[in-house]
Amino acid sequence: MTEATHEEHAIHDEHIAHGHHDEHDHHGPAKGFMRWVFTTNHKDIGTLYLVTALIMFMVGGAMALVIRAELFEPGMQYVDPNFFNQMTTLHALIMVFGAVMPAFVGFANWMIPMMIGAPDMALPRMNNWSFWILPFAFVMLASTLFMDGGAPAAGWTLYPPLVLQGGAHLPFAIFTVHLLGMSSIMGAINIIVTVFNMRAPGMTLMKLPLFVWTWVITAFLLITVMPVFAGAVTMLLTDKFFGTSFFNAAGGGDPVLYQHLFWFFGHPEVYIMILPSFGVISTIIPTFARKPLFGYSSMVYATASIGFLSFIVWAHHQYTVGMPLAGELYFTYATMLIAVPTGVKVFNWVATMWKGAMTFETPMLFAIAFVVLFTMGGFTGLMMSISPADLQYHDTYFIVAHFHYVLVPGAVFALFAGTYYWLPKWTGHMYDEKLGKLHFWLSTVSVNVLFFPQHFLGLAGMPRRIPDYAVQFAEFNAMSSVGAFIFGFAQLIFVWVVIKAIRGGEKATDEVWEGASEHGLEWTLPSPPPYHTWTTAPDIK
Amino acid sequence: MKKLKLLITGLGIATFGEANADYALNLSPGVTQLSRDIYDLHMYILWICVAIGVGVYGMMVYSIMHHRKSKGVVPAHFHENTKLEVIWTIIPFVILLAMAIPATKVMIEAYDTSASDMTVKVTGYQWKWRYTYLDNGIDFFSTLDAKSNEARQLGVRSNPEAVPNYLLEVDKPLVIPAGKKVRFLFTAADVIHSWWVPKFGWKKDAIPGYVTDAWTKVEQPGIYRGQCAELCGRDHGFMPIVVDVKSEADYNKWVEAQKAQAQKAVTDAAKTYSMAELMAKGEEVYNASCAGCHMANGEGMQGMFPAIKGSAVATGDLNTHLDVVVKGKGQMMPAFGDSLSPVEIAAVVTYQRNGFGNNKGDLVQPSDVSARN
Ligand code: HEM
Ligand SMILES: [Cu+2]
Repeated sequence: MTEATHEEHAIHDEHIAHGHHDEHDHHGPAKGFMRWVFTTNHKDIGTLYLVTALIMFMVGGAMALVIRAELFEPGMQYVDPNFFNQMTTLHALIMVFGAVMPAFVGFANWMIPMMIGAPDMALPRMNNWSFWILPFAFVMLASTLFMDGGAPAAGWTLYPPLVLQGGAHLPFAIFTVHLLGMSSIMGAINIIVTVFNMRAPGMTLMKLPLFVWTWVITAFLLITVMPVFAGAVTMLLTDKFFGTSFFNAAGGGDPVLYQHLFWFFGHPEVYIMILPSFGVISTIIPTFARKPLFGYSSMVYATASIGFLSFIVWAHHQYTVGMPLAGELYFTYATMLIAVPTGVKVFNWVATMWKGAMTFETPMLFAIAFVVLFTMGGFTGLMMSISPADLQYHDTYFIVAHFHYVLVPGAVFALFAGTYYWLPKWTGHMYDEKLGKLHFWLSTVSVNVLFFPQHFLGLAGMPRRIPDYAVQFAEFNAMSSVGAFIFGFAQLIFVWVVIKAIRGGEKATDEVWEGASEHGLEWTLPSPPPYHTWTTAPDIK
Repeated sequence: MKKLKLLITGLGIATFGEANADYALNLSPGVTQLSRDIYDLHMYILWICVAIGVGVYGMMVYSIMHHRKSKGVVPAHFHENTKLEVIWTIIPFVILLAMAIPATKVMIEAYDTSASDMTVKVTGYQWKWRYTYLDNGIDFFSTLDAKSNEARQLGVRSNPEAVPNYLLEVDKPLVIPAGKKVRFLFTAADVIHSWWVPKFGWKKDAIPGYVTDAWTKVEQPGIYRGQCAELCGRDHGFMPIVVDVKSEADYNKWVEAQKAQAQKAVTDAAKTYSMAELMAKGEEVYNASCAGCHMANGEGMQGMFPAIKGSAVATGDLNTHLDVVVKGKGQMMPAFGDSLSPVEIAAVVTYQRNGFGNNKGDLVQPSDVSARN
């Protein structure tokens, strides 16, 4: 887009927004609680997703603190090992399916229509459904805590035969997975249909904002793998209650088959959590570097290749199950290949910063921390892809450190970055920059105190998922627990910043960030945007 | 590079003091050729990552320092450079190739279980290991030792520092000879476990119904420790592995002693025991094998593990009680028929029926147990 057309656009949009209000006043939000129950508005649904995700983030975080409290020193202090296992299992399930995924769906709902010039999502009623399934699913999952024998305790991977030893919770946990899967698939279909059919005229695929691209690819991953996961857990259900032996060797089945099915879902799943983060970061860095994104098309191709490769590397989670040598080697080579497109992304981000005119508001700080710390997780990932070395790393705290580096200062920091970036647009108020920076610095320092020592623990021989440990691991565990509590409490600042911005504060301009309107259609809309936007499609040059 | 490593190690020491000298930051090179090869591979890829990191982070830091708006920089407008993009796609490929070749070599080595001198079958149980020597029939279980077990109970408020090798000690270690290629076969009786001794360089899953294999050849006698690495239920954190590697002569002596002991067990099982003998032995067995769930005071855990104290089984029909112990019950109660000897089962059942205020007065002899098998 050229500068001139931009000015025109802004005026044009203003006009649309106002005109719209006069004509369709009855199309504003309904009053009270029912607004949220029956809403089909992409912005309301986005808000619902984001609020749910934030609540689940705090719940999952509280569970993590139970884990880190028990691990603060050697010896069993607070919880029974069985409850400890329930905490690790629920913590992971809640963070993955309750916090990170819904938060990105919230971003998608809010931003995709605004970014592509569409009035709403293509399937608004289904959109309402796909959100409202979630609270019920999580209440069901949480209720297992109060059942005989407690919540699932076999790890979020739910490996048989261990998971089949579980008591009353098993069918509830499995139905939770089914519900979450339905919700994700509906959300994914909605996104694909919206992007393919509702782009403003002139918004060709190769003009799509990168956030939209990453979400389209994520949506295809979701549609492909969620049914596999649903199928695998259904097989667990029939093994437990209907006498089948899919995973029982004594009946002719194979416990490792479950692992293949799980990781065929599970590996793409980790990319489901990180690809939209790539999109957010690729959106934020150019704005604050005041420079176009470097290598737009290679970013698109890299995202697509990561999506493709994610389907053919699953067994790198199973190097120790006794695969044939050829299998080990194949999965080693295929996994190593992921480093290439991932590297391209990192290089492109650095090249975008290069010779820009950077400023360091909170979203940019989180984006930079993302690039640095996600890359750390990429390095350990590359190390683990080497199967002989992974014979040591597998199932140790080294793995715990790896995936937390890609998920916390990776996906979660991208969520923070995106929230600070778009919050003024959503609420119409600037957030408190001082508190935002405080949140950033506390989080960034503590997340490293929390997770960096875990590399050492893993290499020194500490297995993961244990409630107590030998005394030579004491120092780094203590350090990690201190980091965890600081990190946990620092998030209260984030909650406060968000609430504060919703309630009021300095009025945000439409553009919010200097020059942002060159980086996306959403910045040409008023802050906050009217309830319905782009009822007339914008012209894209 | 050396300096960086020193710096990192130095920082570690500065923060943690010398109080605990055996904490480690890195993999151990281990005690076998294979473990050293894996260690070298690990260091090789680590340094490659460090080198790439220095480049990427260096560029970022430079850019953040100099390309700031506050320095009055006017932003450039470039957003593409095909040559550059092709280069930074190709170079990683070459680096990966340089990593894949040594990785392949080491993996082939790790998989070569041929020409072994002896074979030990390792079976994972919740939560102990069973070692069966296929060449000479020696067969025993290895569980967390009593001191660690006592200290790790919730609410004991123990001082783990005072327990030698807390959580890394067993009642009976695996014994193998130095300088011999030992092949291991892994399987499991209940759920998946994973056998890991870091100094040997690898871990391998033990999967019910399947047999996986691996090998080691330890050069020097010594004691090497490890743990179960695959989540296997409540006491996953409490099933350590200890390998006592002996010189060949000592190993042979040990084998002879084991055979003599096995002989003695057969004669022991035919004897009759007094109440005092059974109760003393029974308490020992109870604390090692039962207290993990039913608790040392016999009160069990509400909703999860039934109490022994006043329980219908422990105060009811003797044969039912024996069957539960020998054959197991439900998903959680293991069958002890394999892992405990008739003498041990007789003792522990006697202990359960007379301890905890149950006072049944029953005396169970090994022959009663053998009759139920
Ligand atoms: C360069 C890219 C990456 C590579 C080469 C890589 C490689 C690996 C490998 C080989 C494992 C298995 C290790 C083991 O269990 O022995 C693993 C585990 C894991 N990775 Fe990555 N990874 C990469 C990026 C990511 C990203 C982007 C995420 C998520 C945002 C992620 C999340 C995870 C998780 C959650 C696990 C542990 C799963 C579990 O066992 O519960 N990884 N990774
Ligand atoms: Cu185990």
